[in-house]
Amino acid sequence: MRAYLPDYSFHRAKTLTEAFSQLEAGAKPFAGGTDIMVLLDAGALPPDNYFDILAIKELQGIRSTKKALSLGALTTYSEIRNHKLIQSNFPILCASAREVGAIAIQNRGTIGGNIANSSPAADLPPGLLVYEAQINLISKRGLRTLDYTKFHLGYKKNELQKDELIHSITLKPEFQKHHHFWRKVGSRRSQAISKTMIAALAKVNRKRIEDIRIALGSVAPTAVRCLEVETFLKGKILSPSTILEAKKILSRDLHPIDDIRSTGKYRLIVSQNMLEEFLCGIG
Amino acid sequence: MTWVGKSALRKEGDSKLRGQAKYIDDISLSGMMHGITVRSPIARGLLKKIEYLPGVNWDEFITVTAKDIPGNNYVALIKKDQPYLVDEKINHPEEPILLLAHSNKHILEKARSLIKFHIESLPPVFTLEEAIKQDPIIWGTNNTFKSYAIDRGDVESAFKDAHILLEGTYETGAQEQLYIEPNGVIAIANEKEGVTIWGSMQCPYYVHKALVPLFNLPPEKIRVVQAETGGGFGGKEEYPSVISGHAALLSWKAKRPVKIIYDRMEDMVATTKRHPSKTRIKTAFDKNHKLIALDIDFTIDGGAYATLSSVVLSRGTLHASGPYFSSNIKIRSRALATNTPPHGAFRGFGAPQSLFAIEKHMEFCARELKLDPVKFRKLNFIKHGEILGCGQLVKEKIKLNSVVEKALIESDFHKKRKAFVKTNKNSPIKKGIGLAVFMHGAGFTGSGETFLASIAAVKATPEGKIEILTSNTEIGQGTNTIFSQMAADALNIDFSDIEVVQPDTAHVPNSGPTVASRTCMIVGKLVEQASKDLKQKLISAQLLKEKYTRKEFISACKKYIKEIGELKGSSQYKAPSHIVWDEQKYQGDAYGTYAWAAYVAETSTDTRTFETTVDKFWAVQEVGKVINPLLAKGQIIGGVAQGIGYALYEEVIWKEGRMANNKMSNYIMPTTLDVPEIEVHFLELPYSYGGGGSKGLGELPLDGPSPAILNAMEHALKITLRQIPMTPEKLMAQMEEINK
Amino acid sequence: MKKMSLTVNGKKLTVSCHPFSRLLDVLREELQLTGTKEGCGEGECGACSVMLDGKLVNSCLVPLLQVEGKKILTVEGLANKSLTPLQNSFMKCGGAQCGICTPGMLMAGYALIKKKKKLSKQEIREGLGGNLCRCTGYSPIIKSVQNCGTKP
Repeated sequence: MRAYLPDYSFHRAKTLTEAFSQLEAGAKPFAGGTDIMVLLDAGALPPDNYFDILAIKELQGIRSTKKALSLGALTTYSEIRNHKLIQSNFPILCASAREVGAIAIQNRGTIGGNIANSSPAADLPPGLLVYEAQINLISKRGLRTLDYTKFHLGYKKNELQKDELIHSITLKPEFQKHHHFWRKVGSRRSQAISKTMIAALAKVNRKRIEDIRIALGSVAPTAVRCLEVETFLKGKILSPSTILEAKKILSRDLHPIDDIRSTGKYRLIVSQNMLEEFLCGIG
Repeated sequence: MTWVGKSALRKEGDSKLRGQAKYIDDISLSGMMHGITVRSPIARGLLKKIEYLPGVNWDEFITVTAKDIPGNNYVALIKKDQPYLVDEKINHPEEPILLLAHSNKHILEKARSLIKFHIESLPPVFTLEEAIKQDPIIWGTNNTFKSYAIDRGDVESAFKDAHILLEGTYETGAQEQLYIEPNGVIAIANEKEGVTIWGSMQCPYYVHKALVPLFNLPPEKIRVVQAETGGGFGGKEEYPSVISGHAALLSWKAKRPVKIIYDRMEDMVATTKRHPSKTRIKTAFDKNHKLIALDIDFTIDGGAYATLSSVVLSRGTLHASGPYFSSNIKIRSRALATNTPPHGAFRGFGAPQSLFAIEKHMEFCARELKLDPVKFRKLNFIKHGEILGCGQLVKEKIKLNSVVEKALIESDFHKKRKAFVKTNKNSPIKKGIGLAVFMHGAGFTGSGETFLASIAAVKATPEGKIEILTSNTEIGQGTNTIFSQMAADALNIDFSDIEVVQPDTAHVPNSGPTVASRTCMIVGKLVEQASKDLKQKLISAQLLKEKYTRKEFISACKKYIKEIGELKGSSQYKAPSHIVWDEQKYQGDAYGTYAWAAYVAETSTDTRTFETTVDKFWAVQEVGKVINPLLAKGQIIGGVAQGIGYALYEEVIWKEGRMANNKMSNYIMPTTLDVPEIEVHFLELPYSYGGGGSKGLGELPLDGPSPAILNAMEHALKITLRQIPMTPEKLMAQMEEINK
Repeated sequence: MKKMSLTVNGKKLTVSCHPFSRLLDVLREELQLTGTKEGCGEGECGACSVMLDGKLVNSCLVPLLQVEGKKILTVEGLANKSLTPLQNSFMKCGGAQCGICTPGMLMAGYALIKKKKKLSKQEIREGLGGNLCRCTGYSPIIKSVQNCGTKP
């Protein structure tokens, strides 16, 4: 391990109140550790004060009412993929949770951590975007709710204020009649970091698209909703030429980059092809 | 009961399964310090000054630079060009400059960040093209570590007479061995006791040889012991000499034991990889599609120092014509210098590179000639009584056609080849099936084994057990188990009566390195002969009759030790008289024997994402007598998995001569979900000079997968693919080019 | 430095370490349980897999503070005198070669069999997907888990 531990401190916050005072003192929250510990090991984690939030009850667990499903920030990928109601109402979240790392990572990593870390390659955000989730943030000042689409601001940047924690994610189960589509293209089938991924929903009535939502990950500084493509497709009957046009529109606003895992060009073309695959499947 | 041919259970399996086997990082000595290596940030330059910035108490640290070396500052292997520590000239990124030791391993990382090297940079060479241009010259007089020329017949006039000429250029990338246990050693070194090393390694005597000049000590003052080793694949052939020297230098100055364990990032960025290669092949065929001339130019990238490049080049050169016959052959090959860390041994050792080229080229020729690739290959296969590219007359029987037939039948090759063409039409997923045929020579090349003159011994214990003494290491491939099987049969006793002694240069003879698929075939034979020697001693002492029971043998051993003394048998390698090699012309019996194989890959390529998966794989090979079917299968399956990685996933990304993706999350080796079922079939033609009748097999499975997989992809996609790794990004680029 | 207690392989223990210490280092260096291996330090290879309160985790990614009062099972806690059915199956099917990934593979296999008695090959492949092996090509390991029976 490359980190020098005396440069760090690590405490436990058992309650929200304790967490708030940690935040006030400038300490940083630590949940499942699947991102932070990797940095620590590589000697790339800035020396600082950290605090463990895993024991905080209010941030744990999945709660369901008739109208909504609430996922505590500490819900793990394993809990998501194994939850019956998520499986039936939000299958994209199960499918994407299932493709995060492998079992041992899924047992530790949390939805709150995945969102707060704000990596463009995070697996859950595209699904949360198309399901139009709401994100609840908590601080001493109280609870505030945001549309998830407004949460991510840029590469590793988000709406979370210094005194706030992610409390939970709220989802409304209103997609029973939709097609749900998810595909992640990574470098291999397990333990893969994505090169590009698509989450998409569509409701089709007599071949006409009534509702459509498309989001991509790993192709921009944050996961993105493809609103122009959606606007174009809404109300249309699918034909080869509309699909071609949709692919063209997609490429207009997308400028993925070359990095150590793939090329911008590959990401763009494969994103277009996955859009086509989705549209062919609902037509 | 005989043991050879049975799936005896792994000798050291129990301790591995309990987590009790002691690998080097599991060992801790009292008073031990930890060491690290501080390395060059740039590829080429002159070291002007080392600055120790404030932030730690430097008095607590042991520091070693080139000036502290008590003997000679070179890593003794083949040439003396590679220093243990940079004196002035830096020749590659991550080249070791300074060593640090401290009893707290975590503070070492802090200290590392406080070292500042003042370096005057020099222009580097990163590609083969730049190395050939010799601008600048970075090694020797022409950037060339070694070159070979093989000429037989008259290639030029054959080209003139040819019915058709076909040419292609093929490229292979670097590949990281990626043993799951990184390199590591512990050293105790001081003037009184000399130097002792415990470490993760394949070749204790290589380390021994390297430490003698480094410390200017007599050989008996150097002792090297292999700890349990978590995989090697060639990556722990020559490199342990470097890390051992470093730990020993620190210990020498500290007067305390020093442990150096690389973490994964350091192991990947600083240690050896498989040589990247480029091969241009020109072939001439007559009107019956018989190969009449073969002109091969084979070039490998050796990195900054000579290390083993000359021998890797040799094996690649000698396998370059594959299992095909041509009466006119011209081969030019060279290993060039670039300013990257030295490339080194990796399972297959040059052969996977040149065999990839010839097998891809033969597939290309078949398609150009509109011939069935199987029939076309068979037409040109080498036959008994013909001469291989290396000038070796094939004197032994070969079952190449049977091997190929078996692979075709088991994989249902012909039927699938037709069927996929139909089903591919309306699917975005294109399926393909491809074949590769090849051979691999086992043991050291030419007169190499004669020079090694390996010795193996067996010794009886007072309890009547038999100990095997060799320097050949168990690195997962089954040395302990197969040696025990062969000794048990040679002595007509039980497998459980045999113990394999931990390789320790103070106690075992030099039976050569654990490389080149030589352990079972060459050293196994020596173990058998040493066993027979021991048995003969008992018979001569009239303690044992020609026919005996196990009980009689054990009591005879006990009696011998009690009444006469030490009971030991030994054997030294002598080349069989049929092996004749001309080192000057580089022609002759390059290898005592060859294993022959036909591999079939079935693949799916998703034309939307350009991802290819191997759906099923068949590996059929003739490997002499199979000593232990379970272990032999394990070797083949594991090797094929590495081959799948080599073909499709494993790409080293170079930035300024440095591996940029030096993490397991960025360098992509296949997982359980990427490796398919691999069906293994053996044909057996016992080789009378090999242990138990065996031929070497460990490297064979690295040769075949990449051409078989790319041939399958070509079948599916109807395009020509000439480089590996064929990542989705590269495949997309190729398909785009064709669509233009 | 902080004093913390935890249960390892059924034994209640107290250690005094930095709370940010990796569980892996505590097991190997403080408790001398060196069966758990380090292959990458980034949760990628699975050689350091252990069970934490009945769940498979990478011990290189778990800070000590988060295991205070919890139960850990490592490879050393599997066998008593004789090997367990899973270990025996690894022996017979050639599931261990160099042995360095073996402790992690055993823990991943243990987690699978504990959860479900009858496993398909695909389920085993997915369950072992976080454990890299460079020697075996995986099939012998998959077979070892499949042939183990209903108890690990």
